[in-house]
Amino acid sequence: MSTTATTIAQAPSQPSGGARAFVQRLRHGDEIAHLITLTFAAGILLLTSMLVYELWVNSHLSRAKFGWLFFWTRTWDPMFGDFGAAPFIYGTLITSIVSLVIAVPLGLSAAIFLAELAPRRISDSISFLIDLLAAVPSVIYGLLGIFIVVPLVRTTIGPLLINTLGHVPAIGKLFRPPNYGVGFLTAGIVLAIMVVPFIISVSREVLLTVPRDQREAALALGATRWESTWQVVVPWARTGIMGSIFLALARALGETMAVTMVIGNDPKIVASLLAPGYTIAAVIANEFTEATGDLYLSALIELGLVLFLMTFILNGLARILIVATERGGGHP
Amino acid sequence: MRKTLLVVSLVLGLAVAPSAQSDATVLLNAAGATFPYPIYSKWFDVYHQQHGNIQINYQSIGSGGGIRQLQAGTVDFGASDRPMSDEQLGQAKFKILHFPTVLGAVIPTYNIAGVTGELNFTQKALAGIYLGQITKWNDPEIANANKGVNLPSADIVVVHRSDGSGTSYIWTDFLAKASSDWKSKVGADTSVNWPVGLGGKGNEGVSGLIKQTPNSIGYIELIYALQNNIPYGKVQNAAGKFVKADLAGVTAAAEKASKEIPDDFRVSITNAPGPASYPISSFTWLLIPAQISDGAKREAIKGFLKWMLNDGQGYNEALSYAKLPKPIVTKELKAISQIQ
Amino acid sequence: MDRARLLWRKSLNGVMLTLTGVSAFAVVSVLFLILGYLLWNGGSSLNWDFFTKLPKPVGETGGGMANAIIGSLKLLLLAALMGLPVGLLAGVYLAEFGSKTFAFVIRYTTDLLNGVPSIVIGIFAYSLVVLPVKHFSALAGGVALGMMVIPITVRSTEEFLRSVPGSLREGAMALGASKWKTIATVILPAASGGILTGMLLALARVAGETAPLLFTAFSNRFWSPGWGQPTASLPVMIYTYAIAPYDDWHRQAWAAGLVLLLLVLLANLGCRLALSRGGSARSV
Repeated sequence: MSTTATTIAQAPSQPSGGARAFVQRLRHGDEIAHLITLTFAAGILLLTSMLVYELWVNSHLSRAKFGWLFFWTRTWDPMFGDFGAAPFIYGTLITSIVSLVIAVPLGLSAAIFLAELAPRRISDSISFLIDLLAAVPSVIYGLLGIFIVVPLVRTTIGPLLINTLGHVPAIGKLFRPPNYGVGFLTAGIVLAIMVVPFIISVSREVLLTVPRDQREAALALGATRWESTWQVVVPWARTGIMGSIFLALARALGETMAVTMVIGNDPKIVASLLAPGYTIAAVIANEFTEATGDLYLSALIELGLVLFLMTFILNGLARILIVATERGGGHP
Repeated sequence: MRKTLLVVSLVLGLAVAPSAQSDATVLLNAAGATFPYPIYSKWFDVYHQQHGNIQINYQSIGSGGGIRQLQAGTVDFGASDRPMSDEQLGQAKFKILHFPTVLGAVIPTYNIAGVTGELNFTQKALAGIYLGQITKWNDPEIANANKGVNLPSADIVVVHRSDGSGTSYIWTDFLAKASSDWKSKVGADTSVNWPVGLGGKGNEGVSGLIKQTPNSIGYIELIYALQNNIPYGKVQNAAGKFVKADLAGVTAAAEKASKEIPDDFRVSITNAPGPASYPISSFTWLLIPAQISDGAKREAIKGFLKWMLNDGQGYNEALSYAKLPKPIVTKELKAISQIQ
Repeated sequence: MDRARLLWRKSLNGVMLTLTGVSAFAVVSVLFLILGYLLWNGGSSLNWDFFTKLPKPVGETGGGMANAIIGSLKLLLLAALMGLPVGLLAGVYLAEFGSKTFAFVIRYTTDLLNGVPSIVIGIFAYSLVVLPVKHFSALAGGVALGMMVIPITVRSTEEFLRSVPGSLREGAMALGASKWKTIATVILPAASGGILTGMLLALARVAGETAPLLFTAFSNRFWSPGWGQPTASLPVMIYTYAIAPYDDWHRQAWAAGLVLLLLVLLANLGCRLALSRGGSARSV
């Protein structure tokens, strides 16, 4: 079959070594291309493995000294060489959860609007603009956080929450003075703005894949537009939406600059959201270049390893959920 | 395609161009204390203008960072307001020399609505505030020292450093001398387990936080308060007097040390005796490796040190740092020869 | 009773649907708020000095960020040189040559790399490039950014290669072209528009990254010659100036933020417009 291909002048510079030689060279070329691209692809594998390896090896001192206790210890005392990850894990999780509490309702309802209600052209242009929001660098969010959100929380939002929700029995603990403007809540708000575009864009795509007949069946049975959306379409896409939430969560967990500029940098575990806190990414950014002593540095790298694992698991789950929805469609 | 090539070559050209200007450029990288950052950045700028081929890139990442990066060898020299401990010196794989550069003061600054003047702080007050035991501005310990000032009953927002800081060391060193409670519970170091407060990065970050946060108190180097118009208070010294930080007070604090400074120049002058001494004063040091193999770098550093000890000192007072006492300058000039 | 219930359902319908619209517009307005705020605060500070002068000593007003702008360009160049070829060829592998299991592993690893927080990549680049040579450098910063460019490039390359119509491939094969010839002369050119925009988007994404540069490229108050010295960069300068107390520094931080944002947005705008004209614009 390939021998007949020699009649086409694909390689004018080839000396006429006969049909077989040409075919051999053809195959050879393919193999080279295969090899080259394979090498580069494997390079990614190598790079990522090296990253995990470096994290593991360089955190050795800290892992050996503290073991599993590292996750529960609340002190972070460079002077006495006592390090614990608890305040940072707490801060990372709390700020991310706060951001999701704000971003998920906001993002999901915007996605519903874009997927179900808006005419296609408006939906596309608004989507486009929201994608642009996702491209804004995080240091700029931090800049705006310092000069807009912090004063806002200090003068308006904080006192409002203290005076209203602060008196409600159970959740009142979340809104206690003192209120500095910097803290978990502020970081959560800034993070919410950063992750809402991800929730919107993925949820919108997933909602668009829900088959038409599902909606129409609901409407035919007399449901209002909202009921059809909320009780039929959204549940159908629910695994994909969960995936988008996990994606957003993973993004929020690893965010460094915007958080460190507004969280107050205080490694404490406090119930009040208005109190200053610390996250894993923020403490690494602040203390890495000056960690005097190998144990200190090793503890910081162990924190980096913990963060890596958290985002690894979440991203994995997110991918599985999103792919599952796009392939099979979520069945309620 | 052509346009891309043009842009790429333009950028590459720009990248290479500055180095093409001076054939014998000596590039020194340094990092460390934020305490003397204003005077250092002035010095390095002036020095570069006088010696166009010497570029000293100083990054203020905190004294802890300066010590660490010097130990790791990623900078040519470091800077710290905390003299390296014997343990830290032992961790470095090479000998490190300390050279005092200026004398400065760490001051308590605050942002209280309606209070624009100087508050008096007793030693107990400062220790109590930072221990979290004194929580309101109108606490008797503060109010009694400031009769006539209308202090609000607002909560005190404590600000400290979030990074490893020599300024923190000076502050906590003073608090440890002022309060045995502080000494046993927290101690004195560049990074401590702060009982309360928000963390700011660098003197710059703390100043920024104070400016933006009402009812806050923090500790920063004198020049940062002056350059940003933040009010600061007087501190009670060992002799019981309330002294405001200024050149005279800092120089008085260094008087004893200037006669008795050890050969390696490591000394603490907080809570110094004498009625005129400002109690939270300190030297700050450049940390220089004793062995520098690169000849050009070595000569550049030695040249800078000589300049710093003579002409450089002339820039101190304009930025509110005190000059080094003459006996110390003489001793240092001799010590430069130890750099080989 | 039925009528009351119907009324309730109808009003709920109206309220909820309005809320969704409000949410969408609220999110979009944040974008304009950001842009507006930066323009308001930074626009007035953008002057010729900003683009041409070096920073002044601490506490003195004036000066500019010329070295930071060039520094950022250099870092992007390095990131492009290191990350784009890897991303491109790996993407070609996944789309054209991949064996079932190995391709799955590569895709999974690429996703993993994409999810690594940028500060952790900074730690890795520090131990890989800074420690061995005992030097902060633009090169280390470029390595960190290059690593972040790879996953985005891989994904967009693979997607656009796959989207090339089968008829083109089959036509080339029918004419007797070998596989690699087909890829090089037919498929890649067909997908080149999408691939190039994907690369530009990847670069725009890392242009704003600050965390990985903190302990790799470090910073520099002067020009940074060559590739082996620390270099200033726009995001790091914004961060340093924003947390400081000096009003003049705040001014400059706004201006730098505006410049950075405009560059990133323009790149994204251009790319996405180009993509949406030529096929599915998948959000990267």
